[in-house]
Amino acid sequence: MIRHTLHSGVCLTVTLAAMAAPVLAEPLTVSNWDGYMAADAIDTFNAATGNEAELVLHATNEEIMGKLIASKGAGYDVVFVSSPFAEVLHNLGLAEELDHDKIPNIANLYTEATELPHDPGNVFSLPYAWGTTGLCYRSDLVAEPTSWYDLLEPTETVSGKTTMLATDRWLLAAGQLALGYSVNETDPDKMAEVRDLLIKAKGTLLAYDDTTFYAKLVSGEAELVQAWDGWCNYGIGENADITYMIPTEGSDLWVDTMVILKASEHKDAAYAFVNYILDAENHRWAAENILYKVPNKAAMDGVDPALIETYPNMGMAPADMLKFEQLRDVGAAQRDYSRLVSEIKAN
Amino acid sequence: MSTDRRPMILMTPAMLWLFGLMVVPCVLILVLAFFRRGVYGGIEYTVTLENLALVFDPLYFKIFLKSAGIAGLSAAIACVLGYAAAYAIAAMPRRHQSMLLFFAVLPFWSNYLVRTYAWIVLLNREGLIVNLARWLGFEGELPSMLYSEQAVIIGLVYNYLPFVILSCYAPLSRLNPDISEASRDLGASGWTTFRRVTLPMTVPGIATGFVFVFVLSIGNFVTPALLGGGQFQMIGNLVYAQFLTANDWPFGAALSMVLIAVMLGLLMLQAVVAERASGRKGAQNG
Repeated sequence: MIRHTLHSGVCLTVTLAAMAAPVLAEPLTVSNWDGYMAADAIDTFNAATGNEAELVLHATNEEIMGKLIASKGAGYDVVFVSSPFAEVLHNLGLAEELDHDKIPNIANLYTEATELPHDPGNVFSLPYAWGTTGLCYRSDLVAEPTSWYDLLEPTETVSGKTTMLATDRWLLAAGQLALGYSVNETDPDKMAEVRDLLIKAKGTLLAYDDTTFYAKLVSGEAELVQAWDGWCNYGIGENADITYMIPTEGSDLWVDTMVILKASEHKDAAYAFVNYILDAENHRWAAENILYKVPNKAAMDGVDPALIETYPNMGMAPADMLKFEQLRDVGAAQRDYSRLVSEIKAN
Repeated sequence: MSTDRRPMILMTPAMLWLFGLMVVPCVLILVLAFFRRGVYGGIEYTVTLENLALVFDPLYFKIFLKSAGIAGLSAAIACVLGYAAAYAIAAMPRRHQSMLLFFAVLPFWSNYLVRTYAWIVLLNREGLIVNLARWLGFEGELPSMLYSEQAVIIGLVYNYLPFVILSCYAPLSRLNPDISEASRDLGASGWTTFRRVTLPMTVPGIATGFVFVFVLSIGNFVTPALLGGGQFQMIGNLVYAQFLTANDWPFGAALSMVLIAVMLGLLMLQAVVAERASGRKGAQNG
């Protein structure tokens, strides 16, 4: 997933009182998507713990994965990646096996968030944000959609005004879900059906778009788009007629995680950092800034109710989200996925 | 002795630059293309030809041909427009020419991305052109011009047109006016003079412009990504995807290698055309 900066310049009110006294200053390199933390998160962490954390940005999971695989994880201490990529880091032996004694704030997580299929028991990853992928639309311009087919086989009036996500896994997921298949389906015959459906859908699309789809909704250029729930919220913030819904065939459950690298030379500071993020106040502040749900019960309980009224998908219960399947690492089949996407885009 | 060494010393920084940032990366790409991709990206150091074979797989080869088609069409359109503009500029009084050329290359002073983004602002369904048409009284739904093959071609032609104007202007401005005058004296019409005298003598300029636009277009990935709405994969986008999303560096390297080979071939062809033309001119003068 790629993220976007928003809500800069919001006043800072994080409680630092609860933070323990600094042990010793350690430099720490954290890689995250742009705008996916509160703008002040690093500074307040440094002020509270006496560490010298530095934030570097990656635009996509794939970008940071390329760097981590090339360097065997060296040069980074904590990275934010989506769960299938956390699995890869674990499979490659690059992810630290987490010592829960050093992360007391893990107790703040929802029970569901500690039993996620990609990493039951949080052995190597800590969930940071989670949500669903569905349809984001202009309720003043189109009838309420119900199915993925409303996107893939749009009516004549909506045709040419839809966008789909450009990232391989989510692009394919729209077709997989519509056909009733798993979002991790790799069977060649079933995937050929998915491909054919998506090739047909391509003819009706305005564009594939991962980054500006909500702006297209706001301008009216697009009326119905495939979107991550949190990102639909950026559109809702600009136009109250924009609405998010999950099609009847379902969604995926996406989880963005924090992973400590085994190669990290600053493990204490890395643990301090993830523990700091999982603090109820800090994680709440993150949710209110990025408008994504966080898997932290203590934090979500504190989120301003007015915010949930404006952005209803932020109020979705974990049990409801857990009905959906997570995208999982598919190993060697990823190459087949890439090829399918090339086929779809070449048609 | 010291005077002999001076050119070497002057050239060293540029040569090091070229070697370090051009030759070495190209060799790395070349080598990478013969290894295998690991399950999770990365590289397995077993030698294989499968990446190169995959480039000629119908799916990817089709993308190659499509890119060549788009690049060829863009280059042809840019040549027609650019030649006409260069011809007009060369026909102007000398004192106006440098001003007009300055205007022709003015867009280069702004960033490529910004220039490409401007077309999104112009062409989108709620954009300036559509709103202008509405303001002029046009009613009904206008088709979206953006996110299509045509939009990509418009973007490429627009961005590279100045190259063609410059490359065609050079031979046009050097033409000896006596020659066309002689042609007319011998009874040729204006059109015949242009077709049989002016045009053949300026072919090297057109060839240079064409090859430039073609080479820059076929490997372009920004314009198809922005103006094609991600719906067109040109070869540049495919290479980008292999390196940055599929994490299949060896296949990306193989694609780049073939692309570089095509570009080099064309540049050599263009050099031959230029060489021949200057040889012919030399013979005429002699």
